Amino acid sequence: MIITKQKNFDDLLKMMDGQSSVFIVGCGECATTCRTGGEKEVAEMSLKLTEKGKTITGSVVINAPCLELDTRRVLRQNKDAIEKTEGILVLACGAGIQSVAEAVSCKVYPGCDSLFLGNVFRHQHFYEKCSTCGDCVVENYGGICPVTRCPKSLLNGPCGGSIQGKCEVDSEKECIWIMIYDKMKKSNTLNKLKKVFPVKRHGAGTSPGVVINGV
Amino acid sequence: MGFKEAFDKKNFVVTVEVPPPKGTNVIPNLDIAKRLLGRVDGINVTDNQRGIMRMCPLAFSHLLKEMGHNPIMQICARDRNRLALQSDILGASALGIENICIMTGDHPKLGDHPDAKPVFDIDSIQLIKVVKELENGFSMAGKKIDGAPKFLVGGVVNPFFEPFELELIKLEKKIGAGAEFFQTQPFFERESLERFFEKVSNIDTKFLIGVSPLKSVKMISFLNEKVLARKIPENIAKRIEASDNQIEEGVRLSAEFIREIKGIINGSAGSPCRGIHIMPIGIESHLPHLLKEAGL
Repeated sequence: MIITKQKNFDDLLKMMDGQSSVFIVGCGECATTCRTGGEKEVAEMSLKLTEKGKTITGSVVINAPCLELDTRRVLRQNKDAIEKTEGILVLACGAGIQSVAEAVSCKVYPGCDSLFLGNVFRHQHFYEKCSTCGDCVVENYGGICPVTRCPKSLLNGPCGGSIQGKCEVDSEKECIWIMIYDKMKKSNTLNKLKKVFPVKRHGAGTSPGVVINGV
Repeated sequence: MGFKEAFDKKNFVVTVEVPPPKGTNVIPNLDIAKRLLGRVDGINVTDNQRGIMRMCPLAFSHLLKEMGHNPIMQICARDRNRLALQSDILGASALGIENICIMTGDHPKLGDHPDAKPVFDIDSIQLIKVVKELENGFSMAGKKIDGAPKFLVGGVVNPFFEPFELELIKLEKKIGAGAEFFQTQPFFERESLERFFEKVSNIDTKFLIGVSPLKSVKMISFLNEKVLARKIPENIAKRIEASDNQIEEGVRLSAEFIREIKGIINGSAGSPCRGIHIMPIGIESHLPHLLKEAGL
């Protein structure tokens, strides 16, 4: 799922400065799980914006705003409220925000920042394990992805910056290379790491991605 | 004598680190370099060390070369993609630079431009291989190049990485890729050093043992907290703290340690540990004095 965090409320107000009427769109999938754009957060946002003098013309939580045709349909159902609105605030990831923006002609504001494609460990515990690089190589590393989980995406071993098993970039995070080592040692496959792995094919994941009629 | 030649002819090879300036004023650091002429076997020129922006090592290495030094140009993989790295390597060769030292590079988040895009297109081992491909007359894309460079290629090793078995795997890969010498992270005491000598005794390469003069107690705290996997022993911190002139004491301690290392190396014939690499973080101007105190 796409992990999001709500933008700082003061920054949101600055962004929407001069807008007196706002329609709010939430997301029934990822942003609901992240508690950044579900029913509850949309209701809270309505209240907070009202307190700041904004008129809330309406709100809706779309099942999955990234489904573009569904989003258009839901927005059409809310046409009357949206027509009276200067701007739409979307509490969803960047995909959902753009899906809304392409369906309407008024201004659209991002209420959330998209952080990463996340695994859900348990309630409110999200971990980035895949960065959709287009060229999966995890078979070489005991099923653990150094492209995503090492901040330097190193393919041939750890950097020299790890201190007591922690990452040089963030002392709260484990050095993923030690995790790879432990797992491969346990499965007696450490020898596989002795190979020099070739450079990454960054061309494989050319952005923006488009798939038409299947891959 | 070239840097490569120094390994063939000398028992104790000495390199020092002199960073390019932060700005266009090259005079102060070139003045330091001038005072080191004939006293060191190579000057390592850092590449935006710790992610802090400075002049490019290519330009500064060239100036050192013109002065008569053997620059060892550092190239880190943090800031440039494979096109830019190959370009700079060819440029270095054209400017007469014969030695390069390749490393991953600290993450930009640790430096003074924390919002910079971390590039890390290729890693240090892959980059060593790229240099060898260029030396064989081919680019990474497999295209023939007109005129091939020739370098003595080095790398870095962290003697304090745990598990060390993983560091050894990486080290062997670097050697296999074509690296011929290695600088280590700094040592501060004999015990760790002797352990390292033991651990690498059968490896067929050349190590330059890292040494850093400590300029203050504040620096010790910083290094212990943010940089070093193995902490600086308390007795060293105490000696520096008790001194009226902390820099002077740090230099003295370092000089004593260098003499000790020299003794160990002289007594370990056949060891791959072949000399020292001095990293005088922020006190480059004390290098000539440090060398004198160390009897070099």
